[in-house]
Amino acid sequence: MIGVNHYLILGSILFAIGVLGIFLNRKNLIVLLMAIELMLLAVNLNFIAFSHFLNDTAGQVFVFFILTVAAAESAIGLAILVVLFRNTRSINVQDLDKLKG
Amino acid sequence: MDFASLVFYFLAAILLLAGLRVVTAKNPVHSALALVLTFFTAAGLWILLEAEFLAIALILVYVGAVMVLFIFVVMMLDINIEEMRKGFWDHLPLAGLVAGLMAVEMVMVLGGDRFGLSAPTAKPASYSNTRELGLLLYTDYVYAFELAAVILLVAIVAAIALTLRRNPNRKNIDPGWQSRQTAKGHIRMVNLKPQHPEYKEADE
Repeated sequence: MIGVNHYLILGSILFAIGVLGIFLNRKNLIVLLMAIELMLLAVNLNFIAFSHFLNDTAGQVFVFFILTVAAAESAIGLAILVVLFRNTRSINVQDLDKLKG
Repeated sequence: MDFASLVFYFLAAILLLAGLRVVTAKNPVHSALALVLTFFTAAGLWILLEAEFLAIALILVYVGAVMVLFIFVVMMLDINIEEMRKGFWDHLPLAGLVAGLMAVEMVMVLGGDRFGLSAPTAKPASYSNTRELGLLLYTDYVYAFELAAVILLVAIVAAIALTLRRNPNRKNIDPGWQSRQTAKGHIRMVNLKPQHPEYKEADE
C-alpha cells in the first residue's frame, strides 16, 4: 500500500533533480527556469500528498496559489530573458555582468 | 501489490526519468518537451491522490500555457547549442554530491514509518473535489484569491512592458497631440495676385 512517505520521497528526489539541473545548466538560462519549475512541482506534490492523507482540502488551495505565482514568475522570467537576449545576444549566465556588481 | 501501487510506481519512474531528461537534454526544445511529460505524469499522480481539479488545472495551465510559452521562447531565440554545451559536465561532481546528499538525507528522514498516516477513508461517490475546493476558495481564501488575480495582472503588465519595443519610424499619429492643435502657427494667410491674362485690376 502506498503511504504518504512514498510520495514525499518521490517529491524529494524530484527536488534533488531540480537542484542538479541548476548546478549543471549554468550556461542556459531557459533550462535554469525549467529546473525551478521542477522544484516547484516537487513541492506541490508534497502539498497534495499531505492534503490527501490528512483529509484537508486547504493543502490543495495552497497548490492553487503556488501554481498561480509560478505561472506569473515564469512569464516575467521569460520576458526578462527575451529582453536580455535582444541586448546581449546570449542567455549565458556568465555574460550577465553588465551591472558590474 | 495492488493496482494503485503499480500505477504509482509506473508514474513515479516516468516522472523521475523525464525530470532527469529535462536537466540533461542537449537541446533546450527537448528539455521543454520532457518537462511537458513531467507535468503530465505529475497530473496523473495528482489524480491518484484524488486532486482532480488541480490535475486538470496543471495540464490546462502548465502544459497548455506556460510550456507553450517556454517552447515559443526557446524556438524564437537563436541559441548556439554547441557553445552552451561546452563544459556542461564540469560541475557534475559538485552537483551530483549536493543533489545526492540532499536526496539521501531527505529519504532518510522521510523513509521508515515516521509518517505513519493511515490511508484516508474513501470518499462517498457524490464527493466533488472541484466543489470542495471552490467552497474553500470563495469563502476562507477569497482575499488570497483576489491577491492572486492581482499578481496575474501585474505579471501581464510587466511581461508586456518589458518586451514592448517602440519603433521610431512608425507613421501613426498621436490623437491627443492632434486634437490639441489650433490654426495658429499652422495656417498662413497669403494675399495672392490673380494670374488670369484677361483680368484687370479695378484701379487701372
